[in-house]
Amino acid sequence: MNTGTKDHAELAGIFNKDEDRVNWHDETLWWIRAKRDKIVHQLPEWEALRETASKIKFNVLGNMDTYLMEFEAAAKANGVTVHWAADAKEHNEIVHKLIAEQGVTQMVKSKSMLTEECHLNEYLATHGIEVIDSDLGERIVQLAGEPPSHIVLPCIHKKKEEIGDLFHMHLGTPSNMADPQFLTETARGSLRETFLTRKVALTGVNFAVAETGEFVVCTNEGNADMGAHLAKVHIACMGIEKLIPKREHLGVFLRLLTRSATGQPQTTYSSHFAKPRAGQEMHIVLVDNGRSVQLGREDFRNSLKCIRCGACMNTCPVYRRSGGHSYHTAVAGPIGSILAPNLDMKKYADLPFASTLCGSCSNVCPVKIDIHDQLYKWRQVLVKEGYAPTGKKIAMQVMAKTLASPTMYHAAGKMGRLTIKYAPFAVSNKLNPWYKERDMPSAPKESFGEWYAKNRK
Amino acid sequence: MSSREKILAAVGQNKIKEEMPIPDIAPFEQIAYDDPIAQYETVLGNIGGKAHRVKSYEDIKAILAEKYDGRTQRVISLLPDLVDITSTGSVYEVNPEAHQLADVELAVIGAHFGVAENGSVWVTEELLGHRAVPFICQHLAAVISADQIIDTMHRAYIRIADGKYGFGTFIAGPSKTADIEQSLVLGAHGPRSMTVFIME
Repeated sequence: MNTGTKDHAELAGIFNKDEDRVNWHDETLWWIRAKRDKIVHQLPEWEALRETASKIKFNVLGNMDTYLMEFEAAAKANGVTVHWAADAKEHNEIVHKLIAEQGVTQMVKSKSMLTEECHLNEYLATHGIEVIDSDLGERIVQLAGEPPSHIVLPCIHKKKEEIGDLFHMHLGTPSNMADPQFLTETARGSLRETFLTRKVALTGVNFAVAETGEFVVCTNEGNADMGAHLAKVHIACMGIEKLIPKREHLGVFLRLLTRSATGQPQTTYSSHFAKPRAGQEMHIVLVDNGRSVQLGREDFRNSLKCIRCGACMNTCPVYRRSGGHSYHTAVAGPIGSILAPNLDMKKYADLPFASTLCGSCSNVCPVKIDIHDQLYKWRQVLVKEGYAPTGKKIAMQVMAKTLASPTMYHAAGKMGRLTIKYAPFAVSNKLNPWYKERDMPSAPKESFGEWYAKNRK
Repeated sequence: MSSREKILAAVGQNKIKEEMPIPDIAPFEQIAYDDPIAQYETVLGNIGGKAHRVKSYEDIKAILAEKYDGRTQRVISLLPDLVDITSTGSVYEVNPEAHQLADVELAVIGAHFGVAENGSVWVTEELLGHRAVPFICQHLAAVISADQIIDTMHRAYIRIADGKYGFGTFIAGPSKTADIEQSLVLGAHGPRSMTVFIME
């Protein structure tokens, strides 16, 4: 496939080797999807909320420059320093500079998919800065030397025994200890030490309010707050699409976010940061990194409405059975497959094809992004731009010739039916990609054409 | 051209030209529960917290005394009415160095109001002494007035409206995680328990 080094189907193939794990992964995510359904059905106004959220975000996409300036002015008036980063490189440099200014080489960070997108940890590591991720799931994948496989549940692909082994190796827990309560307690102790000793803390941003210049960070663990309130410097990194117009709109989005994400009524902590506390520095880094380009792509700009709840991943039959790492991008799953080709069409040309286009993602999306339509549209753009996989290109040419000639079409159909009937091994083998993870159908005795010729009156 | 100008120019050029007014959210503000206090108690219980209806501060002291001892554990209170149970016998004195809070076993705070739909309380830093207080303590207790339980987040933001704060947060239950095979564990980094006293 024409995607350089990595490809979703190949990477999914690796994940699919362990069938028990695939089934377990599938069931776990479906369980979360079911929790989402249960809590969503308790709100009769759910559909109206989704519609409203989508329209608010539409308004944001039409006034983003104004809102950005309004936010900047309000934040500055609150005593916050505002930085602008055109791309990942500039973002990383700004963060590094802020850490270096403090004369420290360590930093504690709570979850931010934006910093994953920018590969901040790797960048800082090459400059001698140690980053400790404080979200438990992120800490676990960090110890494993892996990226998160899910934006809300970073280590959803890991079994507790594997986590036990990691903790045994890095945090000195007894071997073969896999009790979640015990492991969490160990991480709590270790990370508390980190929180108490770091001068710089970085957090992501869930929502930023243009009207007031404040931003909201949502966590269940309280790790963002532990980091930010104990550190001398708080750096918050946000994509420019995270803006909403007014504080009152938080009511709409906070009601949607966690219900969609984990089936909870709200995260444990929804923290509103407006001003630095006495003696503290607060910085906001506003990051574009391709977002303004996506804004200009009419077919794909709706993807910027995304509030990163992960509902589309939890419901996606492909994500659930292929694992987050098969998407080889920071944001996996259906929404990630729309966002990634915007950044690099060549590198991520495989992702819009990693979907059944069943529409389940669009149905659960709390801001009503037309996810499966956009995936379909990306496929067309990618083929037109010449990024279609070679195999698919040849197959399409053969298909076009066959469908253009009735004689060839009938002959091919007959040959297919005979092959499946008398030589099933010719199609049911590893060389046929359609045979992977599914059985081939049995062939009908005759085609519709043959039946019609016989039965027409 | 600075990155700021570059980004603003690109955004300005590429933004949606079609007008979409901000939708009216007033209809959501009408949503109400028959019994918001009962709803609050149920939801708080579901998310791992505990609600107590009390008549006086004496009731609160009695309940807390069953579990915490200010003489042997560090107990702090931001509420003058509950200083009897604290380790110092006085209201927590704000110390800008939050690290000295690391050994707090129980912190008692007041809250502006509770939200029935999600079991949370809204607090701002003036109620906390230090922003770190409700996160760094091992156990957290909050006191709200029964008539300050409001129905939904929409109404919560009507209450907050143009309020000025440096930091404010909705706290819904104890700190928790389910990152290890989706097993729910209470007490991830912050408090292991959250008790809300509803003063009638």
